Amino acid sequence: MLLQQITNGLTIGMIYALIALGYTMVYGILKIVNFAHGDIYMIGSFMGLFFLKEMQFPLYAAFIFSAIVTAILGIMIERFAYRPLRNVDRIVPLISALGVSTLLISVAQLIWGSSMHPFPTTFGSKVYSAGDVTISEIQILILILSCVLMIALQLFVKKTKIGTAMRATSMNLTNAALLGINTNRMISLAFAIGSALAAVAGIMVGIYYNAVYPTMGYMAGINAFTAAVLGGIGHIPGAMLGGVLLGLVEALSGAYISSQYKSVISFAILIIMLLIRPSGLLGKKDINKV
Amino acid sequence: MIQSSYILEIDQLAVSYGSIKAVKGISLNIKPGEIVALIGTNGSGKTSTLQSISGLHSKIEGKIRFEGQDLTSLAPHQIVAKRISHVPEGRGMLSDLTVLENLQLGAYLRKDKKQIKEDLVGMFDLFPRLAERQKQLAGTMSGGEQQMLAIARALMARPKLLLLDEPSMGLAPIIVKEIFQAIKQANADGVSILLVEQNAKMALSTADRGYVMETGEIVVEDTAENLRNNDIVKAVYLGIH
Repeated sequence: MLLQQITNGLTIGMIYALIALGYTMVYGILKIVNFAHGDIYMIGSFMGLFFLKEMQFPLYAAFIFSAIVTAILGIMIERFAYRPLRNVDRIVPLISALGVSTLLISVAQLIWGSSMHPFPTTFGSKVYSAGDVTISEIQILILILSCVLMIALQLFVKKTKIGTAMRATSMNLTNAALLGINTNRMISLAFAIGSALAAVAGIMVGIYYNAVYPTMGYMAGINAFTAAVLGGIGHIPGAMLGGVLLGLVEALSGAYISSQYKSVISFAILIIMLLIRPSGLLGKKDINKV
Repeated sequence: MIQSSYILEIDQLAVSYGSIKAVKGISLNIKPGEIVALIGTNGSGKTSTLQSISGLHSKIEGKIRFEGQDLTSLAPHQIVAKRISHVPEGRGMLSDLTVLENLQLGAYLRKDKKQIKEDLVGMFDLFPRLAERQKQLAGTMSGGEQQMLAIARALMARPKLLLLDEPSMGLAPIIVKEIFQAIKQANADGVSILLVEQNAKMALSTADRGYVMETGEIVVEDTAENLRNNDIVKAVYLGIH
């Protein structure tokens, strides 16, 4: 029972972590919360459905093409909804984000209707058992692919020249620009990577729960945002840790306390974290140092 | 078109913050190979002038030409590409990057990998302390070491013009001496320098020429030697009565 819950918790935690990365990378650079990010994840999931069902693409191609579509979507959202508001009070882009979120949900409802769509793939339903623990093929995919993507992201950010420039941009936009870094391009890149990861998460969730629907980004987005805050928003390994922890807490509290209270517990964690350590588990204390 | 004898020409530059005019139509020139000091008290508009050259102010009036080309419509990273490096006030550290990463980013726009490596060695010769601290995070170093890093990082871009904003600020005299040695060395290697300083004594002993700025205007312009003997400069900036 416990091992099973840990397996389930890790699975959903990896999803939260993938989505949380998008929040944290954008926050790291622009210091805004992209509240449309959960809906980019939803669009990614629908794109996966489109490529699998309408285009008859193989699964890996559906992942790649959906990631490309959401990356472009993310870049466009930044360009048109956030960049014009760069130098105004930070509450303004927040409102813009909520507007984009509503827009994306409405567009999805126009195109696909508001009901749930099943995911047309036979992949993922096979189940393996080891002792008391059963794990499905899709869970294995989620665990492995998420790990691979997160390690790849970490290597990109830490070891490459562009990754270093991106970190520099998130530390200080002006100082980075003075070294010749095109900071707008770095911001676009952060949106593109975050949105691509969200699409991958969206498709995997679609297969895992066998359901895609226009408002699916809402709870997933809020949970992933909680994960980002838990780990320390703006901090990439923090988002990964936060996602996994939140997934585990959710699964364990769902199993041992009550599954109806699992959101209550996530939000209680968010509130407690904001009260006692607003910079998160791995975040630095002096975020607003002058 | 007649080739100008100046590497940098600022013509009637004005910078405003809302209704406050920080810089009120100043003109300033730098010849290739010169060190030019811009001195003045706090709030006289020196930093705003440097920031305008680097493209950090979008709403400025007047012309700024570098090697004859207008800079005023360019973004900061495009101005760096023209080979102008700016060490901002407060050193512009990227605190959570290591010393080595900071230096490598200095050469961000360069593609000549081999020469970048050679230049890196050159910087470690110039400031041996940076070599010892390569792996250390920039934010954990002392102010003097950060200033050395900031200058070395700017030089990694192989600039033609180096803009320095208060390199001596908050540093011990012995460190200031070391920093100014490095500035002179860079200049001897062919880098033109615009040096903004409150430490007028240090600035005027290093520079070829100088401008004195007060409340957004240039009030005196002369050779560094003449400025050192100018009564007003002596009284106000050098503390000699």
